[in-house]
Amino acid sequence: MNNRVGIIRSLRDRLAITLIGGAAVLAILLYLVVRSYAAQIAQQGQDSILAASVTSILDAAILRDGEVEVDFPYASFSMLSTDSDDRVFYAIYQDDELISGYDTLFHSDPIPDADHRFGTATLQNAEVRVASAARTLIGAQVTTVISVSVAQTQDALEVTLNRISRNAAGFGAGFFLLATALSFWATSTTIGPLKRLTSSVTRRGPQDLRPFEQPVPTEMEPLVASLNNLMGRLDQSLSQSEDFIAEAAHRVRTPLATVRSYAEATLQRVGKPENRHALRSMVKAIDESSRAAGQLLDHAMITFRADHLDKQDLDLGELVGELVRSLTPIAEMKDVRLQIRCPETVNVQGDAILLQNAIRNVIDNALKYSPAESDITISVSNSAEDRIAIRDEGPGFPENNMAMLADRFTRGSNSEGITGSGLGLTIAQDVVIAHGGHLVLANHAEGGACVTLSF
Amino acid sequence: MRYFILLILTLIPAFALGQEWEEEARFGNEGAQSTLRVISSTDTSFFAPVIETFVAKSPSVAISYFVTSTAELNRIVRENPSGYDVVISSAMDLQLKLANDGFAKELTVDGLPDWAKWRSSLFAFTTEPAAIVMNKKAFPDGRIPQTRQELIQAMRDRPEEFSGRIGTYDVRESGLGYLFATQDARASETYWRLTEVMGSLKARLYCCSSAMIDDLVTGELAVAYNVLGSYAKARQDTSDQLQIVLPSDFPTTMMRTALVSAQSSQPQIAEDFVQHLISLQTGSTDNNMPLPPLDVENAVTGRSNIALEPALMTYLDRLKRRNFLKEWESAIIQGQ
Repeated sequence: MNNRVGIIRSLRDRLAITLIGGAAVLAILLYLVVRSYAAQIAQQGQDSILAASVTSILDAAILRDGEVEVDFPYASFSMLSTDSDDRVFYAIYQDDELISGYDTLFHSDPIPDADHRFGTATLQNAEVRVASAARTLIGAQVTTVISVSVAQTQDALEVTLNRISRNAAGFGAGFFLLATALSFWATSTTIGPLKRLTSSVTRRGPQDLRPFEQPVPTEMEPLVASLNNLMGRLDQSLSQSEDFIAEAAHRVRTPLATVRSYAEATLQRVGKPENRHALRSMVKAIDESSRAAGQLLDHAMITFRADHLDKQDLDLGELVGELVRSLTPIAEMKDVRLQIRCPETVNVQGDAILLQNAIRNVIDNALKYSPAESDITISVSNSAEDRIAIRDEGPGFPENNMAMLADRFTRGSNSEGITGSGLGLTIAQDVVIAHGGHLVLANHAEGGACVTLSF
Repeated sequence: MRYFILLILTLIPAFALGQEWEEEARFGNEGAQSTLRVISSTDTSFFAPVIETFVAKSPSVAISYFVTSTAELNRIVRENPSGYDVVISSAMDLQLKLANDGFAKELTVDGLPDWAKWRSSLFAFTTEPAAIVMNKKAFPDGRIPQTRQELIQAMRDRPEEFSGRIGTYDVRESGLGYLFATQDARASETYWRLTEVMGSLKARLYCCSSAMIDDLVTGELAVAYNVLGSYAKARQDTSDQLQIVLPSDFPTTMMRTALVSAQSSQPQIAEDFVQHLISLQTGSTDNNMPLPPLDVENAVTGRSNIALEPALMTYLDRLKRRNFLKEWESAIIQGQ
């Protein structure tokens, strides 16, 4: 049978990759959002200090005798001190004329008495943040507009932002690691029931076609239901076919017996040698058919009983002895001696009917291949490994297909001219397997086949 | 002939600039490979030991040391930033503005606390309080004023003794004097009352601490206000007639600062020199240098220094300066 199944990427991997990928995207998003938010807050902080500085300078502006005085406080610049010692620039304009400060600082021309205006500029090769505001001064004769700009480099802001970025990156990485761990956990939890189902399917015996009754998650219910359904149908069709075979065999056997008795009676009455020969062939063919039908029946019975072993305490020596007694007449007809070697009492648990059936089939086989005047030895031992060994002195198993002999309807390459259905060893093997053991076929070094039933 | 041309070539810039120095000195070997140009407001005698130990350590370097006033120094550096490698001044505000305006190079200098440097480009290396220095003879009863208030009282009590015998910086000329005056004015109204009293007693105005101390020693002056304590101390070794008082009402403590010009042609040597200077001035061992060391330990708990911060630029503002000088002039120059 071809056991290969087409495989696409595992559910577990898909789930894990989706979750981890999602976590990564979220972590990066978290980092970016926190960083931009922090940048905004930090910039607002700097802006408000710059605005305060501008205001304090503007507030100090007065008109005295028509002339502008701006006696701004020490705090106007003092408040701009930062840990990174940012550079400070400022410019005070009266109308459009610079009256103090840095002429390199651009004149942003703010609207008088309106809110502060903020901007970013490059001054002396440094990026600076500029705040500007203007105020109208009204004197006795003149009205003039004073505008003030204060600019500051952004080194401290940069330091703060870097620190926040590092922290945000830390948070993001932590979140990612946590989410990854969580997704592994979630994945294995999700996959768990599937694994349990798999292992319970794998553990089952070949004949176990009972439905699964363990509870499964909702998503798996359709799968398990279909599986149960499938197995139910399989079980039914299997038992139907076994029933059919048994029924067919049974129906065939009875008329065959009638035909045989007529054929034998007729054989007594005919005298012509060619007619007698034909009748003998007929009887032989009928025997073969009825034997095959019997074995089919046996096999069907074993298949049925193997699932419901009727185990009892058995004295194996006695069981074998009984069987040998019943087979002795057939053996004597072929001049074959059946010998039992049972040095001690062997007690095992087993189904008596099945075991008898198995042993009879093996002995039957041995009888068929044994030459006249030879022995068949049946050893019974207390060791499970070679519980019952049946050895004949015939030609032995053909070496080339020994491994396949126990398969259904397979016959040895040397079985030409010997009656047989190919089911004998199959029956023996099924029985031994149902008892938790195995069948070993071997050829004895000094000739002859040896079948060992280990159980 | 070639040497002659070379001589002329080296002299041309000096003539072209027409620069007159208060002092000018050269240290190091004649054949030194490179010459570090240091422009400073500190008298050569105070700085010579620092330079001598440096050239002893680096024999391939010679140092030209130029001394001028703080205001002049500021002007020269702004006009010709590539002409000097190291800029040393006691006017913290001017120095900070130089650094703020991009004239200073960022250096990696070890051994300084954060408050003693600005932007890793301006480095403090001394702690020097502004002192009131008095000639003891002017106080025969031995009751030396300890605060500005007591000084005002003493001058009001005996105007005839102090008239024309009080000296202080001409803040219009001296950068350091302006710094001291503005910081005093910021700290307390007492400064303006004191200035008015000094003005009424026909105070004499000086360019620099050393000149005031000269006149104190000769007895021409009875009191000098806002003199550098370090200069007075150096003179006190030879004369016990001076009394140095660090006013206990509020202190004004200046830090001398150094920076390396952003356009220095030999920045590495300049940086080494600044590092050498700072190592000497912050070393715990008494190195017998005439310069007072940077007070690393007591700075936090003791007298507060003028902080190195952008606010120092406040009084350098044109409008602020104009206002301040107007007020100062009206206080100190009364009928002179």
